Amino acid sequence: MAQDTTFSKAELERYSRHLIIPEFNIEGQKKLKESKVLVVGSGGLGSPLLLYLTAAGVGTIGIVDFDVVDESNLQRQVLFGVENVGKPKVEAAEQRLKSLNPHVNFITYNVKLTSANALDIIKDYDVVADGTDNFPTRYLVNDACVLLNKVNVYASIYRFDGQVSVFNYVEKDGSRGPNYRDLFPSPPPPGLVPSCAEGGVIGVLPGIMGSLQANEVIKVITGLGDTLSGRLFLFDASTFETRILKVRKDPANPLNGQNPSQSTLIDYEQFCGIGISQRSENSEVKEIDVFELQQLLGSGSDFQLVDVREPYEYAIANLNGDLFPLGAISEFANRISKDRKVVIHCRSGVRSAKAIKQLEEEFGFNNLYNLKGGILAYAKEVDDTMATY
Amino acid sequence: MARLIIPSPLRKFTGDQASFESTGSTVNEVIQQLVEQHAGLKPHLFDQEGKLRSFVRVYVGDEDIHSLQKEDTPVATETVISIIPAIAGGKD
Repeated sequence: MAQDTTFSKAELERYSRHLIIPEFNIEGQKKLKESKVLVVGSGGLGSPLLLYLTAAGVGTIGIVDFDVVDESNLQRQVLFGVENVGKPKVEAAEQRLKSLNPHVNFITYNVKLTSANALDIIKDYDVVADGTDNFPTRYLVNDACVLLNKVNVYASIYRFDGQVSVFNYVEKDGSRGPNYRDLFPSPPPPGLVPSCAEGGVIGVLPGIMGSLQANEVIKVITGLGDTLSGRLFLFDASTFETRILKVRKDPANPLNGQNPSQSTLIDYEQFCGIGISQRSENSEVKEIDVFELQQLLGSGSDFQLVDVREPYEYAIANLNGDLFPLGAISEFANRISKDRKVVIHCRSGVRSAKAIKQLEEEFGFNNLYNLKGGILAYAKEVDDTMATY
Repeated sequence: MARLIIPSPLRKFTGDQASFESTGSTVNEVIQQLVEQHAGLKPHLFDQEGKLRSFVRVYVGDEDIHSLQKEDTPVATETVISIIPAIAGGKD
């Protein structure tokens, strides 16, 4: 530890509730001030993470996010306010956090973390806190942390389920603890686990899990207590069931198992089977764009509009189409016209493409058109009074 | 009876049922009973050869069944079996 880390009167007063905890004291506070933490994703988990790490006095905090603040973020992303809608998240976050603690140094990256930039960004930090929202980035963050010997404090949420763990932690004997690939060697196929945008998430859950994640970051930095290394904490917000499971190292781990086979970052989209399936799904179906649909609707043409979303999505916004949810699309096949044009839409165009492929394969339809970009594109390009989600 | 906890990503196949009581005496028997009752789960848990898919983690108590006797791990009345889902949400 550097001997020259000092605190101003204002800092001593600000951190006094840490300084009077015997096990924490000024030594713990110095470790925080000397540390550099990278928070990947400044959304649901990133909000409490950034607020608490900033308040606690981490010296340097990096923030990676390429998104802009959206109205639908405010249900859980407590870092942002109405005045930030439309602004880059990193910019809004930095502004809010600076007002919370002017003694922290912020570095922002308004980019998507990719295999091309991850090592370069992560190398300057001591600890990474992963608050991303998709499998490719989860594996990317994990692999980069293992390759660069960084601790990865992990949390993830879905609907009512939350998970927290500490990966690649330096154990007392100097060895590295288990990482994400020991827990989940391979990703689930795309489509099995919907994103929060498709599946939803209860707004308080990221607040709970992100706060636990922030606590683990502080423990990793200060060496206080026992971290969740080698353990996975599970929380079910609907039943209040909590469990702690053991995570063991997998000898087959390609990064640091018995026969390591991977020493660089890979193409994570391909690894997670994304891109490929989406490309094939969309390329094989006929499409129309939102302006063509607007014309069809306006001209009184004889066509059928089918909406394959769920009833609760229909309740947010709809185009008055026939509601036949994708999960039961086969049961509705006899209510879909075969002798006139049928336009099928969902939220963004992915589910409707699936529905068309399924209907074509099972029932031989050849008159189905996918609405490119779904109802989201319609709301954006044609009718801005329509709510998006 | 052993109790199996169903993670939320899979509850759409169980009619939102969050846990499942089973008379099975091994992990395999419990999961077989589960998919018999909820056939929609089968393709998500098993591959075409009937083996548990590699991204599906099953725990008995706090131990991964890979550290125990895999699918043959015995379960007792009070045993809690967990299927651990890979979930990725956080930022969005």
